[in-house]
Amino acid sequence: MATATRYIGKPMKRKEDPRLIQGLGHYVDDLQLAGMHYVGIIRSPYAHARIRSVDTSKARTAPGVAAVFTGEDLRGAIGPVPCAAQLPDMKMALRPVLALEKVRFVGEPVAAVVAADRYAARDAVDLVEVDYEPLTPVVNPEKALAKGAPLLYEEFKDNVAYRWELEGGDLKKAFKQADKVIRQRLLNQRLIPMAMEPRGVVADYKRGEKQLTVWSSTQIPHLLRTQLAAMLGLPEYSVRVITPEVGGGFGSKLNVYAEEALAGYLAMKLGKPMKWIESRRENFLATIHGRDQIDDVEVGVKRDGTVLGLRCKVIADLGAYYQLLTPLIPTLTGLMISGCYKIPAVRVEITGVFTNKMATDAYRGAGRPEATYIIERLMDLVAAELKKDPAEVRRKNFPQAKEFPFATPTGLSYDSGGYDKCLDLALKKANYKKLRQEQAKLRKQGRYLGIGLSTYVEICGVGPSSAMPAGGWESATVRVEPTGKVNILTGSSPHGQGQETSFAQVGAEVLGLDPDDVQVTHGDTAIVPYGIGTFGSRATAVGGTAVYKSLLKLRDKLALIAGHILGEDPQKLLFGEHKIFSKSAAKKSVSFAEAVGAAYVAKTLPPGMEPGLEATTFFEPSNFTYPFGAHVCVVQVDAETGDVKLQKYVAVDDCGNVLNPLLVDGQIHGGIVQAAGQALLEEAVYDDQGQLITGELMDYAIPRAADIPWIETDRTVSPSPVNPLGVKGVGEAGTIGATPALINAVVDALAPFGVRHVDLPVKRERVWHLMRKPRRAK
Amino acid sequence: MIPTAFEYHAPKTLEEALRLVERHGDEAKLLAGGHSLLPLMKLRLAAPRFVIDLGRLRGMSYIREENGRIVIGALTTHAEVEASALLRSKCPLLPETAAEIGDIQVRNRGTLGGSLAHADPAADYPAAILALEAEIVVASTSGTRTIAAHDFFVDMLTTQLRPGEILTQVCFPPLGPRTGTAYCKLHQPASGFAIVGVAARVTAQGSGKIEAVAVGLTGVGPKAYRAEAVEKALHGKKATPKLLADAARHAAQHVDPLSDLHASAEYRREMAAVFTRRALERALARAQGKKA
Repeated sequence: MATATRYIGKPMKRKEDPRLIQGLGHYVDDLQLAGMHYVGIIRSPYAHARIRSVDTSKARTAPGVAAVFTGEDLRGAIGPVPCAAQLPDMKMALRPVLALEKVRFVGEPVAAVVAADRYAARDAVDLVEVDYEPLTPVVNPEKALAKGAPLLYEEFKDNVAYRWELEGGDLKKAFKQADKVIRQRLLNQRLIPMAMEPRGVVADYKRGEKQLTVWSSTQIPHLLRTQLAAMLGLPEYSVRVITPEVGGGFGSKLNVYAEEALAGYLAMKLGKPMKWIESRRENFLATIHGRDQIDDVEVGVKRDGTVLGLRCKVIADLGAYYQLLTPLIPTLTGLMISGCYKIPAVRVEITGVFTNKMATDAYRGAGRPEATYIIERLMDLVAAELKKDPAEVRRKNFPQAKEFPFATPTGLSYDSGGYDKCLDLALKKANYKKLRQEQAKLRKQGRYLGIGLSTYVEICGVGPSSAMPAGGWESATVRVEPTGKVNILTGSSPHGQGQETSFAQVGAEVLGLDPDDVQVTHGDTAIVPYGIGTFGSRATAVGGTAVYKSLLKLRDKLALIAGHILGEDPQKLLFGEHKIFSKSAAKKSVSFAEAVGAAYVAKTLPPGMEPGLEATTFFEPSNFTYPFGAHVCVVQVDAETGDVKLQKYVAVDDCGNVLNPLLVDGQIHGGIVQAAGQALLEEAVYDDQGQLITGELMDYAIPRAADIPWIETDRTVSPSPVNPLGVKGVGEAGTIGATPALINAVVDALAPFGVRHVDLPVKRERVWHLMRKPRRAK
Repeated sequence: MIPTAFEYHAPKTLEEALRLVERHGDEAKLLAGGHSLLPLMKLRLAAPRFVIDLGRLRGMSYIREENGRIVIGALTTHAEVEASALLRSKCPLLPETAAEIGDIQVRNRGTLGGSLAHADPAADYPAAILALEAEIVVASTSGTRTIAAHDFFVDMLTTQLRPGEILTQVCFPPLGPRTGTAYCKLHQPASGFAIVGVAARVTAQGSGKIEAVAVGLTGVGPKAYRAEAVEKALHGKKATPKLLADAARHAAQHVDPLSDLHASAEYRREMAAVFTRRALERALARAQGKKA
C-alpha cells in the first residue's frame, strides 16, 4: 500500500449523499405493502410490578383492530430476547418478547395490538387494561446490591447478574513501591443513544413459499436473521432480512429486539404484512441505553509521575434484562483500563447489577469510553497531585514506539503505535504553551479558561473470532459483471459510515477503474454472503480487508486472462484507466471490458480456467487493531452562571492508513460531538420510582451545531500490521477520546477553586456551586 | 404523530372562528403555529374534540404603525417579528426576543399570539410584552376588549382570556428617545426555553439618571412578571454598575421560583439577579447610544 495511489487515501465525496440529501433514501417507514397492518405496543407504566390480569376485550372490538396478543398468548410461541454474551457464572435472566407475570422496567412490552391503520392501532393501545400489582422498584445499583433490596428475580436471591475479575502484574508490589496512592470515584452516567431514525420493522410472510421477509433498521442483518430464525422456529433459509437506509445506530441497533421477533410472528400468524415504527418516546424507554457505571479507582504512583499500579471496582448497571451484548460491555472497560500507558500491574473487579431500568448495551465506544474516562481522569489527578503538567505525566507513562506490539497487563497486544509523536503534534497544533500563558493571564482577570487533554487508545476492527461471542470475521463477494462493472457485496452493513464510497475507492484502485464503476451492495441477507455486521469500528479493517482480498483474487484471474490474450507474462501486467497493460511495451494492452467479456464468453480463456468473475473471501483477523490519538480542548467557564462554553478543539488521531480522509474527519467530528453530549449535556435520569424523567427531547439535552466550535483535525499514521490495508478503524475514536478531554478542561478551569473532579455530565448549576464555595480563588 | 381523533375546522374569517369557539367551548382548542398544542396532542396529554385552525384567517399577520402605536397581528410568526425592519428601528426588543425562541423551524411556525395565549411559564415573549407595557386585544362574538400586559398573565398556562375569546392583536407605543432595551436569557439546554429570561427597558438622561425603567421576567416563577422592586430601586437614580447590580438582587423578590431537573429554585433566583443585571447594563448602554 506504500506506492502512489489514484483513489485510496483521496478525499472523495460520499456516493451515498446525493440520494440522502435529496430525500431519495428509503427507510423502513417508507415501505408500503398491500394489506399492511400496524402494530401498537402496550408498555408497562411501572418499573416493577406483577401482572395480575390483562383485559383485551375493549381493544379487540375497537374499530379497525385485527387482533390483540398478551404475553400469555405468546407463551412458548416465540423464544426469549437473545443475549449472545456468555460470562462465567452469569445468571440467565430470560426476557420474554411480551412480559409474563412480572414487568421490570417502564416501557417493557406487555401486549400488542394489530390494526388496519396506525391510528386505530395507537387508539387500541389505550384500550388494553392491565391490572398491575406495583412492587418496590430498585433504581440505584448500589441500593440494588444492599442486603434486603427488593429482587428483580426472586429465583436469583440477589440482584447481582455476574462478577468478573481481571488481574495482571504484581499489584501488591506496585502499591508497596508507590510514593502516593490517589483515589477517586467516577460516575459514568447512563446515556440514550438517540439515533435520528428510531427503530422500525416491517415483516411479510409468504405462506406458500414459507418465506418471512423482515425489513429492519439494524446494524446486523445476518445476526438478526439467525436469531429471528431461532426465536420463531424457522430454518434460516426461510428468513430474509433487509436493511434499508438506517438513520443512525451508534450501537443501539446492534441488537435483536422483542419488536422485531413480534412483527415476524404476527405476520406469520395473521397472514398480513406488519409494520411497527418506534415513537421517539418509545425510543427513549425501550431502545438500549449506554454506559452507566460507578468506578472506584486508585492508582499507585512514584513521585516522578510513573504509574505503578491501578485498581478499579466497577459497578455496572445493566438494567432489568440482557439485550444482545449487555453483560459483555463492561468487560471491555476492564480490558482497556490501562489505556495508552505502561502500567505494570492492574486489577479490575466488575459487578454487573440488575435494576428496574432499560437494559444497557453497546453505545458508541461500548465500554472503551468508560475505560478511557477512568484512566484519563486519573492521569490528570496524578498531575494535579504531583503538581506536574498533565502532558508530562502522560509522556512519562507512554510505551515507546519501539516497544510495539505492546503487551498490556490485561492480556491485549497493541498492534502499532507512536503515542509521543501524536501528543507532540496535538500540543503543537493547539499552541499549548501559549494557551497556558493565556490561561494564567485571564485568571488574574477573574476569567476561567480550562485546557483539557486526553490521550487514548481503543480497540477497533473487532475480531478475531476467538474474542467475539458470534464470530469476528467478515465476508465479501466481489463480482465483476459481464459489462465490466463491479459489484462489491459486503457482509458489513454500513449505515452512515460511508463504505459505499470507500470500498468503491478500493475497488477502483485495485482494478484500475473509476469509483463510479464500482457499486457496493449491503444489507440484504438474500443477496450478500453471511456477514457479522457494522459495529466496533470493524467494517473497514475487517470487512474492507475481505473486499480487498476478493479484489486481488479477481485481479489475478483477470491478469491471467489478459496475459493469455496478449501473450504476456501475467505477473508483469498492470491495471489502470480501464486497461490491462504490459509494463514493458505500454502499447500492448487489452481493455478491462474485453478481458471481462472473455471471462464470460469463455472462448479465449487459458486452458483449465473456470469461466466467470466472482470471488469471495471470509477474512479472519489475527488481532484487534488499536487506533489512538491525542485531543486538546479549551473551555471557558462563566463564573456567574457556571455555563461551560467549548471554545477550541484539536484532535490528532491515528487510525492507521486512511482510505478516505473526508470520511475519517466526519467520523472524528461526529464522535467528538457525541462525546460533548456525554461530557456537558446528556443524562438519562430515572426517579426513585423508576420513571424516566428525561423521556423526551424537551428534557434530554443533546448537542447542537451551535454548541460546537470548529474542530481542527490532523493525523499521524501508524499502519496496522493486522491487515494488508494497514487500516484500523475510526468510528468510535472521537467519542472515546473526547469525553475525558472535555471534563479535564472543565476541572482545569475550576482548579483555582480547589476543584479536583467534576462528575459527568458537567451541569452548569453544579459548576456554579463549586465556584461559589468559600472563595479559594488565587 | 398519532393524536386521538378530532374534528378539524379551518375558518377563513375571524367571525367564523369566533362562532366556532363559542359553539364548542371547552371541547375546542385553537391551533395557530401548533408548537405548544401539537406536542401535547402527540403525547395525548391534550385530546381536544375540535381543533380550530386559525392558520387560514386572513389579515391577522401584520406589523405596522397605527395612530402612533405599533400593532402586531396575533398570527405574526416569530421569524416575521425577528426580521421586521419597523420593529428593528422602533422596538428592537421584540426582534431580539424572537431571535431567542426555539430554532429556525419553530420561529417559522410559532406565532406571537399563540405564545402569549398559551402562557408557558418559560416562554420568551411575556417578558418583553411586560417590559413594553403592551396591550393585548382580544375578540369575541360580543366585541373586543383590551387587556394590559401587566394583568394578562394569571398563572401557569392561564391568562385573562375568557372562554369564547381569541387573542387578535398586541399593541404598544414605539420606544421614546434616550431609551434602550435588551433581552438576556439563560436557555434550558434541551428545550431552549428560558430558565430565566429578562427583558429590560431603560430611559436615561445623558448624566445617567434613570427616568423610566421596566423589567419583565420569564421562566423564574409560574408566570411572567414585572420586577417592580428592581424598577423602584432604579427609578430617578443615577446609574452606576453597583446600583444596577444591587437593584438586580431584587429580581425574584416575592416570587417562589420553580424547581426542576435543569435548575433548582435557588439557582433560578440567583440567575434572575444575574440576567436582570446583564439586561439592565445592556439596555442602559443602548439608551446612552453605546454599542452593547
